Amino acid sequence: MMETQNESQKVMARLYRDIQRRISASPLGFCPVDMSLNFLRTCHAQSCGKCVPCRIGLGQLAGMLEAVLEGECGLGILEDIEQTARAIADTADCAIGYEAAQMALRGLKGFREDYEEHILHGHCSCGLEYSIPCMDVCPAHVDVPGYIALTRAGRYEDAVRLIRKDNPFPSVCGYICEHPCEARCRREMVDAAVNICGIKRYAVDHAGHMDAAACAPATGKRVAVVGGGPGGLTTAYFLTLMGHRTMVYERQNKLGGMLRYGIPDYRLPQEILDRDIQYILDTGVEVRLNTDVGTDVTLEMLKQEYDAVYISIGAHDDRKLGIEGEEGANVVSAVEMLRGMAEGNVPDLGGKRVCVIGGGNVAMDATRTSLRLGAAGVTCVYRRRIDDMTALPEEIRQAQNEGSEILTLHAPSRVELDGEGKVAALWAQPQIISELGRDGRPSVRAAAQEPVRIPCDYLVVAIGQTIQYKYFEDNGIGTNRGTIRAERTSFVPGSGNVFAGGDAVSGPATVIRAVAAGKVAADNIDDFLGYHHTITVDVDIPASQLTNSPACGRVNLSERAMGDIAGDFGLVSMGMTEEEAQQECGRCLRCDHFGIGNFKGGRTYQW
Amino acid sequence: MVNLIIDGQAVSVPEKTTILDAALAAGIDIPHLCYLKEINEIGACRLCCVQVEGEEKLTPACNNVVAEGMVIHTDNARVRAARITNLQLLLSQHDCRCALCVRSGSCQLQKLANDLGVLENRFPEDLPTQKQLRWDQDFPLIRDNAKCIKCMRCVQVCDKVQSLHIWDMTATGGRTQVNVANNREIGDTACSLCGQCITHCPVGALRERDDVQAVLRAIEDPEITTVVQIAPAVRTAWGEAFGLTPEQATVNRIAEALRKVGFDYVFDTCFSADLTIMEEGSEFLERLRKGDLERYPMFTSCCPGWRRFIKSQYPELVGQLSTAKSPQQMFGAVVKSYFAMKHDIAPEKICCVSIMPCTAKKAERAMPSMKNRAGLPDVDYALTTRELVRMLRAKRIRVEDLAESPFDRLLGDYTGAGVIFGMTGGVMDAALRSACYLATGKNPDPDAFREIRKGAEGAGAYPWCEKELDLAGTKLRVAAVSGLGNARRLCEELRRGKVHYDFVEVMACPGGCAGGGGQPVHCDDRERARERGQVLDRLDSALPIRFSHENAEVAELYRSYLGSPLSEKAEELLHTEHEVDRQ
Repeated sequence: MMETQNESQKVMARLYRDIQRRISASPLGFCPVDMSLNFLRTCHAQSCGKCVPCRIGLGQLAGMLEAVLEGECGLGILEDIEQTARAIADTADCAIGYEAAQMALRGLKGFREDYEEHILHGHCSCGLEYSIPCMDVCPAHVDVPGYIALTRAGRYEDAVRLIRKDNPFPSVCGYICEHPCEARCRREMVDAAVNICGIKRYAVDHAGHMDAAACAPATGKRVAVVGGGPGGLTTAYFLTLMGHRTMVYERQNKLGGMLRYGIPDYRLPQEILDRDIQYILDTGVEVRLNTDVGTDVTLEMLKQEYDAVYISIGAHDDRKLGIEGEEGANVVSAVEMLRGMAEGNVPDLGGKRVCVIGGGNVAMDATRTSLRLGAAGVTCVYRRRIDDMTALPEEIRQAQNEGSEILTLHAPSRVELDGEGKVAALWAQPQIISELGRDGRPSVRAAAQEPVRIPCDYLVVAIGQTIQYKYFEDNGIGTNRGTIRAERTSFVPGSGNVFAGGDAVSGPATVIRAVAAGKVAADNIDDFLGYHHTITVDVDIPASQLTNSPACGRVNLSERAMGDIAGDFGLVSMGMTEEEAQQECGRCLRCDHFGIGNFKGGRTYQW
Repeated sequence: MVNLIIDGQAVSVPEKTTILDAALAAGIDIPHLCYLKEINEIGACRLCCVQVEGEEKLTPACNNVVAEGMVIHTDNARVRAARITNLQLLLSQHDCRCALCVRSGSCQLQKLANDLGVLENRFPEDLPTQKQLRWDQDFPLIRDNAKCIKCMRCVQVCDKVQSLHIWDMTATGGRTQVNVANNREIGDTACSLCGQCITHCPVGALRERDDVQAVLRAIEDPEITTVVQIAPAVRTAWGEAFGLTPEQATVNRIAEALRKVGFDYVFDTCFSADLTIMEEGSEFLERLRKGDLERYPMFTSCCPGWRRFIKSQYPELVGQLSTAKSPQQMFGAVVKSYFAMKHDIAPEKICCVSIMPCTAKKAERAMPSMKNRAGLPDVDYALTTRELVRMLRAKRIRVEDLAESPFDRLLGDYTGAGVIFGMTGGVMDAALRSACYLATGKNPDPDAFREIRKGAEGAGAYPWCEKELDLAGTKLRVAAVSGLGNARRLCEELRRGKVHYDFVEVMACPGGCAGGGGQPVHCDDRERARERGQVLDRLDSALPIRFSHENAEVAELYRSYLGSPLSEKAEELLHTEHEVDRQ
């Protein structure tokens, strides 16, 4: 007999998918004991009923957690819970039972204090952290529901002004933000996260010219910013709005940092970047280009000359593989290659075989850039699986679509050079996916296979970046594992008047993290200078709809059809149509109005 | 204007009007519970949900605005079924033993359940555990978790109006409770005891500690002489509970009622308000002369909620408080000294009771510094207006049938200046009337400073009221502020040097004591501070004497006992060191 799903099984299958989406959109901060209890109940319902520990034990375990939550027991119950869970883990016949018990044990260890709080005081030490999830998850806390509502109303300039209250790079972020906001989007509980980044791009692409915002009266204070990337420019922008004079010192001959020298044009066209930078400069931010702090001017000079200094240098140095032959000719780092592109030093890859090593977004950028430079073939070599790559899934997919090969589970072991010292091949050791590490990510180990030879004429290494901290370390700035040591306020302890943030402090991260760091620094530098300026915007946000739109698919950005990729550095992704933007905006659940967002946390009108 | 149809009626209202207000304009009162205009518009109780044609779900009326062409049904079968379900859900987590509740009769949940004909509950009772019910029953403010319906009003009033953030949601999910924020005990917080959470609670989850029985025991003790004082603002509100008009609900009717209850002596706190003016006014002129007020003003000290607030929030400004005790405490101090002496009663045989519009007074009277040299407290019990009402009811006194009776003599005189202590700006107004006299030897027009009481009408340029005046050649800037959120704004501006004043009156409750946390609570959520304040205004205008320095019995008290304001005796009895009473 053919087996078919009956109606109830079909509905259950859908409910499983619903619950998966719901769990993935869970905000943080819920009572962990309560959540554990309910996970346990789900697990118990999954028991087939055959074996004692699972059929009875999980229920008893749930009862004990219930007693903890009701505060109707003593601390001794924790030992009972542990013993019971351990017995279930030891004796349950299948994973349904023993994995459930393992989860209970992990929770007992991981938040034992919370268990104790319930038992001793009858309450929980938790508190909801996400009021408006997208806004709270966004490092810069941009008012997402606000600008989506404005975009829906066709008020694009207002949408952009609202974004600029927290982030002076609306255009850049509309194109290349990693959009952490979408990860906890409540719409995921209905169908799928709203395409927030795409809506932002629609707003910035349709907003007309905007005059620079007015600055507060001049304070006479002066701040130097070291590094004209997104973080430095954010700090400079907000400090200028607050009435302080800011001077940005930039080593290159153009502003933008990694946005210009690390992100290829087909993802972020220069004119889009220039649009944001021009708006920032229009407020009165001053700039000294081609000026390297350390050679052209010294940190000491800046500390003397300015009331405060903000160090926001990017992660422009590359990490080395540490394998034989790496020093050979035609072996370059991805940062070097991408920087060269922006500076006009375009390598000739015409007809060449290129290997790229790495699995992050930069590796994808190097791969896709190589294709555009006319390489005959591009192989991206990565030691784990595609699922384990840190690059955004759409980047990986695009790299594959554009014709590159992704060779997974191969760890580079040696670079073979020819007689002239040029790269001839990459040797890689095949790997096998292995046990989960502490972080829950699977590790790899060498497979029982011989190393393979991958012939290539050009090798790009994209296995991570570092910052050039040495000069600062030599000049009295504390460092920690290759980054500058700063407090959470961005202040550099013991420095007198130096602040630092962004990649310089966190190590290589994202543009929105740099913006967030710049915002925090501006606020604290303002405080340090003896002021309490506030940044605000006068935008009236449209009322929300009364009923949210019915379940509906998410609009993804489409991609431009490319005939011959070689030489085509044009933008790949295409913005939404008006129809798409309207539909997508309509999917926003307006968590600023519905749910906890209209009570606790919620919208901030100023900071 | 936006045109829509509500329950078949065409309605036209301004843009951005909520559905709730639009319905009200059409005479339709949509049931609601958590909603508190401009303070709590979070749509939590879902009782105000209505059907808007074309919308899939029901829509809460309290926080959604009207749109052109809307067709709304506020009470069809679907709406009613949902409303009753939600009401029953609320009732399942509410201790419904209404007979044991102070808010029986003024409880919005009880009223709604009755109004909507909910006579049974299909959901089983689901009340908090014993551990979740724990509360310090000696604290002046009592919270009953089993009655809380999590409407969040207390959280919002404390956050938005009083800026103290005492309450918060605790735990998450189905176990969410409202309780003291950050899992603290109430006694460990900066609670000002203003009582605004009590007066904005729709049910009986919050109340004052009830001291009525202890007072009745003192009255019944033949050894004890009971002396009661009635604060100015009490007369503006007590009659509300008995359905009396302001004209009927006079303070002399309270006096008669309290005699019926059995008090031996009945006085008006307005007497010691006048006394406060003599001391505080003299202190102000003294500190002004000494240059004490160049950076920061002198603050009034009569409001205990404000004093608790400044001690926890701005300890560095505590030195700016007037050292004068509050009228309640001055009264008690005088009763247990001068009055006792004159009547030849041993002070320890006197029980001094006060009737106050205030919950913080219960804590004030218990402060260690509010005792005399013999260790006797100035005041033995402080009852709120609500407790007064309950006491009169308990004694089965038919207030509407009572004759009015005068106050006892010796401490019985009072002036219009003392009466207006019960409203925002009143203390400042009274102080300026006498300060002018003290500085110039001439009485000013008693209505010359009315402006400083305009805070009762609503905000101007600042969230407080200010006035500049010339005091015998000295330019003075004074301000009056009510509500602790506003007081915080004022303190911040003072600290940043954005404003400068010489003398500032602060009252913790919006509108002053008339809107006090000890005043009667009603089902309608109408803020009554303003109309109650107007009662005081009318009383002041009608009184023959409107200057504290013209209070004959106060003058006699100085002549025969205290000497002069700020004398050694006056300092001992009528002043206090604020630094001593750290919370």
